[in-house]
Amino acid sequence: MEFVTLLQVLDSTVRLAMPLLLACLAGLFSERAGIFDIGLEGKMLAAAFLSAAVAAVTGSVWLGLLAGIGASLLLSAIHGLASITFRGNQLISGVAINFLASGLTVLLAQDWFAEGGRTPSLMGAGRFESLTLPFAETLSTVPVLGPIYYELISGHSILVYVGFLMVPLTWWVLFRTRFGLRLRAVGEAPEAVDTAGVSVVGMRFAAVAICGVLCGLAGAYLATGLQAGFVREMTAGRGYIALAALIFAKWRPWHALWACLLFGLLQAVALRYQNLEIAGIPLPVQLMDALPYILTVVILAGFVGKAIPPRAGGQPYVKER
Amino acid sequence: MDRMPAWADAVLVPLISILLAALLSALVILAIGESPVEALLLMVDGALMRSTGWGYTLYYATNFIFTGLCVAIAFHASLFNIGGEGQAMIGGLGVALVCLFIPFPHWSIALLVATGAAALFGAGWALIPAWLQARRGSHIVITTIMFNFIAAAVLNYVLVNLLRPAGAMDPATAPFPAATHLPSFHDMFATADNPLFRGSPANVSFFLAVLACLGVWLLIWRTRLGYEIRAMGFSESAARYAGISPVRITVITMLISGGLAGMMALNTTMGEAERLVMNATEGAGFIGIAVALMGRSHPLGVLLAALLFGFLYQGGAELALWTNIPRELITVIQALVILFTGALGNMVRVPLERMFVALRRRAS
Repeated sequence: MEFVTLLQVLDSTVRLAMPLLLACLAGLFSERAGIFDIGLEGKMLAAAFLSAAVAAVTGSVWLGLLAGIGASLLLSAIHGLASITFRGNQLISGVAINFLASGLTVLLAQDWFAEGGRTPSLMGAGRFESLTLPFAETLSTVPVLGPIYYELISGHSILVYVGFLMVPLTWWVLFRTRFGLRLRAVGEAPEAVDTAGVSVVGMRFAAVAICGVLCGLAGAYLATGLQAGFVREMTAGRGYIALAALIFAKWRPWHALWACLLFGLLQAVALRYQNLEIAGIPLPVQLMDALPYILTVVILAGFVGKAIPPRAGGQPYVKER
Repeated sequence: MDRMPAWADAVLVPLISILLAALLSALVILAIGESPVEALLLMVDGALMRSTGWGYTLYYATNFIFTGLCVAIAFHASLFNIGGEGQAMIGGLGVALVCLFIPFPHWSIALLVATGAAALFGAGWALIPAWLQARRGSHIVITTIMFNFIAAAVLNYVLVNLLRPAGAMDPATAPFPAATHLPSFHDMFATADNPLFRGSPANVSFFLAVLACLGVWLLIWRTRLGYEIRAMGFSESAARYAGISPVRITVITMLISGGLAGMMALNTTMGEAERLVMNATEGAGFIGIAVALMGRSHPLGVLLAALLFGFLYQGGAELALWTNIPRELITVIQALVILFTGALGNMVRVPLERMFVALRRRAS
């Protein structure tokens, strides 16, 4: 493969991995606090729609971003209400949120813009433009390193850099702060946290809210960074791939980064090469599509290192009397 | 006694949940500038006032009965099978294979064999998640979600690369031979001067779905296996003490569940399209979740809920035809039903319970 082609594939890997990474970190916060979240897909979709809609109307992508985060937070609040306050089934609540987003986005898009369930195409300040990092142009003539800097590292939208920064930040918050310790404890042994005088409900709502913000970023990036506007079902299962990446990473931030980059690479390769041949054996494009899910099942099966979820995951906390 | 009477738990709680869902749906319709009353009238008119409308309503209901039973029987073992969609896709593959490659003399034999194939393929697709849950402790919700996506990829590959007739563009099989076509309600009930169910896709598999309801009821409440399934659903540790093998019950329950989902394909693939297309399931596997929750996992409840969703589906299509309300309204209603009858059940149940306790105290 030529060097330039390789760089282009890696560049699109980064772009495609970013929504996965943000959603995956969102799920990480929620599930580490003991709240299973299969509603990542729906929250991303709602955020994608509202960010694109507000950006299209106001012409400001930043207002769009805020609106997207707001939409995602609203769904997070429903999830929190159902699974924390009313101790309902977290999985069923997640399913409901996915359908709610899937239906409402098209319904509202059709009502507001009448363009068949999409928003108008975003232009100019309505989108996150790609940033050119300092000296990228001048350094692009330097052999090997220059093109890497110019093609791969520079030239992404600001949300991509935010996303990458989120990985060390998540690690730091979860493993180096008191808040993070409590958050993880709530997911492993909520009764211990309760005994220590910390509100389990409060911690879990905080985790679900963080999850909402990150899903909002992921959705806004999808509609205003990666693409220019919202189309129906534009998340296309990314929320579930993010969930797969989360399990693949065994609920750890740095591993989540590698898992999302791997799944992003699979998407980038599937997008570029419809018919790939490795050692004379043709690989159908459908195999590339299914590979993240197959890998996750293999990991879940525990044949290659067992994936053990947080101990109190999925269980509503009932205070002892 | 701090419990409410059984009838209130079985009837009042779901009824209030559904009313809440309906109220919010009406608000959604108001918010997009349409009248909920007119919308409802239009839906009733399109889905229930003509035999053709009934033909569509019952056609959709057939799908939802199968997928609803699929989710419901898994619920009895306290397993959550989100994989109905994928199991139905693979079930469709089984139907297509026998219909295309076995020369049947008559539709009734074709239906019998295809039912077996659909159930076998659907159950086969549920086997791996079931085994992984039972033996390796992998969460069945996650594995069945993953298997939905893998099923879509498998079906896509098979349709595009293997079963697509030469020269055809769309990913679908060749039409099935005429001998495998199932009689539709129109064939069965229309007379020369009364053309009932004209042009509607409801077919003989509806009766199969009703039989499946009866079969599931017998299985759950009248057999030893059903008892074991319910015992495991109540308490796995208690079931184990009683000598019930959770591994065995998990696998068997999921096989039945997957088989029921697979049988949905009879209706869509053999009954309606008469060939296998890419998106034959149309999300019916997920609607099964709403149907099972609303029907409280009871076959009779599933039947009624499936009829309601069949009505919503056909009514929704009418709305999309005559008003500015897109079909996605039904997805919203479905989400609200799942939310209120499933996740927010306690929001309704707890205040009701308090009310009953207070009433009883005043009476005594």
